[in-house]
Amino acid sequence: MSSVRVLVGTRKGAFILTADAARKRWEVEGPHFAGWEIYHVKGAPADPDRLYASQSSGWFGQVLQRSNDGGKTWETGGNQFLYDGTPGPHTWYDGSPHPWEFKRVWHLEPSLKDPDMLYAGAEDAALFTSTDAGQTWSELPALRTHQTASGWAPGAGGLCLHTILLDPNDGGRIVIAISSAGVFKSDDSGQSWRPANRGLRSNTIPDQDAEVGHCVHHVAMHPSRPDVLFMQKHWDVMRSDDGGESWHEISGNLPTDFGFVIDVNANDPETIYVVPITSDSHHFVPDGKLRVYRSRTGGDEWEALTKGLPQKDCYVNVLRDAMAVDSLDPCGVYFGTSGGQVYASPDGGDSWTPIVRDLPPVLSVEVQTLS
Amino acid sequence: MIQVVLPKNLQILAGVGRVVELEVRGAATQRSVLDALEASHPSLLGTLRDQVSKKRRPMVRFFACQEDLSDESPDAPLPEEVASGKEPLLIIGAIAGG
Repeated sequence: MSSVRVLVGTRKGAFILTADAARKRWEVEGPHFAGWEIYHVKGAPADPDRLYASQSSGWFGQVLQRSNDGGKTWETGGNQFLYDGTPGPHTWYDGSPHPWEFKRVWHLEPSLKDPDMLYAGAEDAALFTSTDAGQTWSELPALRTHQTASGWAPGAGGLCLHTILLDPNDGGRIVIAISSAGVFKSDDSGQSWRPANRGLRSNTIPDQDAEVGHCVHHVAMHPSRPDVLFMQKHWDVMRSDDGGESWHEISGNLPTDFGFVIDVNANDPETIYVVPITSDSHHFVPDGKLRVYRSRTGGDEWEALTKGLPQKDCYVNVLRDAMAVDSLDPCGVYFGTSGGQVYASPDGGDSWTPIVRDLPPVLSVEVQTLS
Repeated sequence: MIQVVLPKNLQILAGVGRVVELEVRGAATQRSVLDALEASHPSLLGTLRDQVSKKRRPMVRFFACQEDLSDESPDAPLPEEVASGKEPLLIIGAIAGG
């Protein structure tokens, strides 16, 4: 019998939520690492019992945690994330040069084939890799030393590398995204990179069609079609059908096209989900209503999903890594809010129930489908 | 034995109680105490001071005998009361955040 394990990172610890395939009755376990910010927890596709967690604190810095038993027990890995060489400056909010400084790991992406290999996306933006289950880390410096890097400027959340997509059909292809530099693509396992932002248009930068400088919030991919990418940008929901070489807008009839999360239904690569947020100055859902929007047409045509979600007096946000889908049929969809709720839909978004209502603010949600 | 009091988050990380007792070789200084602490509890590496420069993290403070020793040289001798184990070295997460 299949089951699911939802991995939740919050401002004050990690939680593990489990249910059988019906996804009706849940067990909640945690907090792990109580009091620490857990930006991300993710399982290794090649060994579901191998989990990695990014634990951090403004006081005590970055810690990497690893579990070999599905989160029952944890051990610390290496936390020495050193930029290769002497890093030069990037651009600060006021346009001045600012030294590159490591702050935290936003996103961990284990290899699709080797549970001991994983990538870490950092703030200030850089991509690190480990081949020994997170004991030691080395930077893939070609990204941070890209010719455009001195012009990268942080978004409101920092100069963070938050999205890492590994192509299941091409072991050397990696797509990453940085706020607010944009999307970059490598075809040689991170040895070289090129911007992949053609078609993005941002009225918050001087050159609205610039090669880099776009505040990309999240990018999602269906594993069966790695050349089709979906993006929630600061403003605008975008789609690429050529692996990020070009993008076009699919915001369609959304009530607002600002937001953070985007994800793809596991059973239908043309069904996608977003949670529209009012604006960049109002980081909460519009009209006091928490609505997931679903498109069954790969974008442009969206329907509001409201059954089971609060439709009055709700003013939460859903952050960029806080939505995930399982691979059961029907597909389960999960997301966590700044108010500490984690919602689950076992029917592809048709109806929702809260798994938990009162966690600390949710930073990330991942799900594992276990057999 | 030198006594070190850890903040709660580091107690959880290291899997220890509030007070850690340490055998320190040579003179008791911030550096020698932190060296001994990190050697006995490697999960604390990087949480108190930079792993390369050994510089104290900005929001970590060291108190003892009602004095703030945070900005003392890491190689300055700690107070005799700390070195003799009568008083603990307090490691504090600076008050911040409102």
